[in-house]
Amino acid sequence: MERNMKLPDNRLENKFSESKPLYTKSEARIEANRCLFCYDALCTVACPAGIDISTFINKIASGNIRGAAKTIFKKNLLGVTTAQVCPVEELCVGACVYNKYNSNPINIGRLQRYATETAIQWEQEQDKKLFNTKVSSDRKVALIGAGPASLSCAAHLAHEGVKSVIYEKDNLPGGLNVTGIAPYKLFSDAALKEIDWLKETGLEIQTGVDIGHDISIDNLIDNFDAVFLGAGLGKDKFPGIPGENTSGVWGATDLIRKIKNDHTFTLPENLKTVNVVGGGNSAIDIARELAILGVLEVNIIYRQTKAEMPGYQHELDAAQKDGVRMIEYAVPVEIIQNNRLVLYTKHKITGEPQQFESDWIVIAIGNERDAGQLIPGLEIDEKGCVIVDSQTKRTSVAKIYAGGDCINGGKEVVNAVADGRDAAFAMLHEWGMLDLQHERKNHG
Amino acid sequence: MADLSINMCGIKSPNPFWLASGPPSNCGEQVMRAFDAGWGGAVWKTLGKPIVNVSSRLGAVDHKGNRMSGLNNIELITDRPLDTNFKEIYEVKKRYPNHAVMVSLMVETKQEWEDIIRRAEDAGADGLELNFGCPHGMCERGMGSAVGQEPEILQELTSWVVDYANTPVLVKLTPNVTDILDPGFAAAKGGAHGLSLINTIKSIIGVNLDTLVPLPSVRDKSTNGGYCGPAVKPIALHMVAALARDTRINIPISGIGGIGDWRDAAEFIALGATSVQVCTAVMHYGYRIVEDMIDGLSNYLDDMKMTSVTELIGKAIPHFTEWGNLDLNYRVRATIDAEKCIGCQLCYIACLDGAHQCIHTRQNDCSAYHGESDHGSHPRSEIKPSVIHQADSQIPDYVPFVDEDECVGCNLCQLICPVPGCVSMEERESNVIAKT
Repeated sequence: MERNMKLPDNRLENKFSESKPLYTKSEARIEANRCLFCYDALCTVACPAGIDISTFINKIASGNIRGAAKTIFKKNLLGVTTAQVCPVEELCVGACVYNKYNSNPINIGRLQRYATETAIQWEQEQDKKLFNTKVSSDRKVALIGAGPASLSCAAHLAHEGVKSVIYEKDNLPGGLNVTGIAPYKLFSDAALKEIDWLKETGLEIQTGVDIGHDISIDNLIDNFDAVFLGAGLGKDKFPGIPGENTSGVWGATDLIRKIKNDHTFTLPENLKTVNVVGGGNSAIDIARELAILGVLEVNIIYRQTKAEMPGYQHELDAAQKDGVRMIEYAVPVEIIQNNRLVLYTKHKITGEPQQFESDWIVIAIGNERDAGQLIPGLEIDEKGCVIVDSQTKRTSVAKIYAGGDCINGGKEVVNAVADGRDAAFAMLHEWGMLDLQHERKNHG
Repeated sequence: MADLSINMCGIKSPNPFWLASGPPSNCGEQVMRAFDAGWGGAVWKTLGKPIVNVSSRLGAVDHKGNRMSGLNNIELITDRPLDTNFKEIYEVKKRYPNHAVMVSLMVETKQEWEDIIRRAEDAGADGLELNFGCPHGMCERGMGSAVGQEPEILQELTSWVVDYANTPVLVKLTPNVTDILDPGFAAAKGGAHGLSLINTIKSIIGVNLDTLVPLPSVRDKSTNGGYCGPAVKPIALHMVAALARDTRINIPISGIGGIGDWRDAAEFIALGATSVQVCTAVMHYGYRIVEDMIDGLSNYLDDMKMTSVTELIGKAIPHFTEWGNLDLNYRVRATIDAEKCIGCQLCYIACLDGAHQCIHTRQNDCSAYHGESDHGSHPRSEIKPSVIHQADSQIPDYVPFVDEDECVGCNLCQLICPVPGCVSMEERESNVIAKT
């Protein structure tokens, strides 16, 4: 696979600007010095990866940027992208004690981005490494899907000298980090750059390889010491209403991907109105992206109210500031194409029919959960998620571990990163290469 | 509004705020702008045989992102011709007859002293300040702190000046001594009309870790400088107070050292200063800071029901005594306001590692001493199995709580708590009757 991966420039994604650009040195110092350096800090408790946040911020304050980055990477090797992708308002920043003090919480995500990007830049400028990758062992691990879970797992394994090969059926690695993050949070090229950096640990990525088709699962199980399933979610789910296959009706992740990565894709000039069906973060993301790209009227049509939306309030607030409108209690019934598309709904409570005209309709009601079907015999819960041991991420099938969206149904990137790390540590522990008790006691 | 005017050993000033001798009082144009901004007086940048200054000259200590908590300089006395300085002093006094213009002086021989005193007084100086404090450069030539550190020489030089001068003489003392009372007493015996202190503290401000040249660097070398700014205020306060409470020394004091606002000034005055001098804060923010100093001090005096700033002079001195006079039966205990607590746990870790292990939390295992309170009288040489402490009340888990019986009332938790009013120290009846 090529180095210095970069997508063509003329993509719609390039029309966006970053909402939280990289801090300058002085911005970072000032922000880091605001941190109280809490003991047993609530931000760390809230971090799914368990990063020792007050320690890394204190290191930024002292000017020890490489030390700060290492503190982050110890727990989260995708520290660069998660710094930008994490819904910090719901996690570390939301837990910051300053919130209880009527003061602005610390911008932890931006500090993490500063520390990690600065340290990687130092590596490149000095031709040095933050981590010494150890001498190889005989062990090797196959990973299915090159999303954040597998990348995290493979990179932690590589740090301990275990050979890992990631198989990705797509022609780009990165999973949702490359295809699915709203551009104002993270550009695809930044995610690809992080993968380039991760590959320097020695992990291997083979793209365009469909496991179960090009290579059999049995083949992997026979030839590797362990297999990690990080296959994410499947295609966009549709509600199963008449007319949903009409042209102009999109799946949300499909459309987001086109905006981010497809340089041949543009929005039609006469695209004036888009209705987005759903209430999760993907619905909010695509609605906001379309509004920023200049679509005059973008509505989120949701079957319940804002209060029940699984999407984050702060994301909805931001989308509404960009002009997105919210329509509540509207349950989709049918889509009919006249000149434009007409979405017929009924009111959730009163049953009263309503109709909404638009040029496009975007369906954002979740994705298929079919990854578990790749491996025969895997125990799967009623929601379609692969069942794993919460600490080791072992599945019901010997040698098979799993993590990320395929075990949780679609959580944050940082959850996938933590899963991949947990699985890597469990494998290393099993092979006598890591004292897991010691690791937990000292680092989490 | 309270009367802020002072008369310090015959030097009259509309308020107690003077520019200290240094870069802000280097020339006439500066001093006039300072007076326009509200400063009551200025001590002219030290005059003597003009010298050549080095470049660079200043270095600073930053603390947690706050710039210039402490400043260090290796600048010497004026590097401008004496004639020019005296012409400017004359012009300033002519235009600002009601403001106080003191001239800081530093020369070597008796003849030089007499000559420069005459010229300063001819130019219209309201008073003289003898620079026996500068701890860098000039002291290598037998002046500045080299004089201030030798009480006998200090006394003799002071008496020469006092005999010759027609205006009040302030002696500026160096803090680079074992006991400030020695030079203070010597100056008084020499006939000084007042004291100014502190001059700067001998210091190395830091080291450039890339070049390993200390700061401030003059090409590939540095030298010790004089340290000043907010960080030195406690040292200055003590020295002013020590002189003010000494019954042998009955001359007024001009307080100097880290004064940046009216609170600092009020503290110096309460500990015995009649006027206060400011340099670093002006170097940091400009002359404009005096507006709040005047306004704030005036409001404070009104609140204290004092009609003149002179009423405040020395008011804190009766409360300053030897350790041996402190009441050993007075006890305070920390209490944490659960409503205000934000859960940073800084008091917990500070008490656990840096004090007396009496703040607990339900969030953490505690392996420090716990059990029946023995006030530290039994050996604590084992690490005990950790326990989760239980609080009596229904406070949230993130709120630490104080074992009042173990608390020694040291104040540390209150000092580090980021939330004003969250930790308070409350008086408790003492259960120990201590006599020694």
